Amino acid sequence: MIYLNIFFNEVYKIIFLLLPVLVSVALVVWLDRRVWAFVQKRRGPNVVGPFGLLQTLADALKYLFKEIIIPASANKTIFVLAPIVTLTLSLIAWAVIPFSQDMVLANINVGILYLFAVSSLGVYGIIMAGWSSNSKYPFLGAIRSAAQMISYEVSIGLIIINVLICVGSLNLNQIVLAQEKVWFIFPLFPMFVIFFISALAETNRPPFDLPEAESELVAGYQTEYSGMMYAMFWLGEYANILLLCALGSILFLGGWHSPINVYPINIIPGVFWMLFKIIGLFLLFSLVKAIVPRYRFDQLMRLGWKIFLPLSLFWLVITASFLFFLDILPVVNK
Amino acid sequence: MKISRIIKTIFMTDFVAGLIIAIKEIFKSKKTINYPFEKGKISPRFRGEHALRRYPNGEERCIACKLCEAVCPAQAITIESEIRSDGSRKTTRYDIDMVKCIYCGLCEESCPVEAIVQGPNFEFATETREELYYNKKKLLENGDKWETTLAANIKADAPFN
Repeated sequence: MIYLNIFFNEVYKIIFLLLPVLVSVALVVWLDRRVWAFVQKRRGPNVVGPFGLLQTLADALKYLFKEIIIPASANKTIFVLAPIVTLTLSLIAWAVIPFSQDMVLANINVGILYLFAVSSLGVYGIIMAGWSSNSKYPFLGAIRSAAQMISYEVSIGLIIINVLICVGSLNLNQIVLAQEKVWFIFPLFPMFVIFFISALAETNRPPFDLPEAESELVAGYQTEYSGMMYAMFWLGEYANILLLCALGSILFLGGWHSPINVYPINIIPGVFWMLFKIIGLFLLFSLVKAIVPRYRFDQLMRLGWKIFLPLSLFWLVITASFLFFLDILPVVNK
Repeated sequence: MKISRIIKTIFMTDFVAGLIIAIKEIFKSKKTINYPFEKGKISPRFRGEHALRRYPNGEERCIACKLCEAVCPAQAITIESEIRSDGSRKTTRYDIDMVKCIYCGLCEESCPVEAIVQGPNFEFATETREELYYNKKKLLENGDKWETTLAANIKADAPFN
């Protein structure tokens, strides 16, 4: 009986979180393609459903009905496991994202640490895919991807610490509440720029889409995948992009807070502001995809280790000393 | 590195300029057509789907001279003929394998009576290969269906032949 109780009290919450996330992933893929097309003066998907909104659903159906081919030389267990790991990891991270003060599945005290841990684990899905495919392009793609994600996670970590010393808490709710007066994008603007660029690299988006650079590596670690397994990678990738957009809006853009605290604007529920900010950041993601050429791999590594890492470390020292000398270090509430 | 270049790099001026251009481009008119609903203009010489034409009195134009069969570089055409009771030679079989066909237009060019022509239709994709083995019936149907356009196209192209 207690299990039934847990089921009805908890599982429905998870379903109510996952379904909107998956639906918005579908919509966001459409938005991405549409923005990309518009910048290039094309029309983009506009036939299936109103404005082509159901295009992704049609694509998903196509993937569902396609045959899943497992290469004869592949390590079958790991090959099948890889897309599952990728999709699962990109979905479980959503558990701690607060959409408004109460709309959060798990309000844990180390929320940001959890997010960081889960997004670091995301590398495993890609390495597993690349290794188990037992073919050249996926292997090279996976190695590139792993190197890239690890290097940029270091600078993302330092940027997060930057925000954390301004907040004094690892709880995502606390981080948003600390931005009630001023969003962190204003005092920490350079960090926001670096966070955005690192997020592009972290999610393998152009201009850092080297792991799946089609002119060099066919499709990178996804080369041997087909059907629903490919679609799972694809879903995981976009869920990850949305997750980093959400993280960016929580860390820098004030989460669910409205931009100005005056009467007609501040009665709009926080969820809308949160979604609005996520979509805004995502639009920036897709615009960047449309306008920038791809980086070379050594340039990517140089940018990560020689520029972003020292810069974010330097800014961390500046922020810390600024807070210390002005005596406005946050009080850690026990 | 020059100072000005360093400043440019730090403030990412080139990137911001590109972003502004991209946002401007979004609101400009589209350069592509809305394909299934609107189609591009094609020339009267366009070499699309084949058709066998008839004379205005309903008699088939084809005289089974087999020039098209002979000239076809892909050997996609098969013709069998008979002498009818009125003494005219007509085809009993006229097959075109649309899968083999390379749409070169030599059949149309070789035809002395403008019987086999390539029309303006290019949307004849099918779900099975068998549907693309066109027989005489199918080709004559095509001719009846597209006759107005075919005649107009041949007339428009005549001064240049």
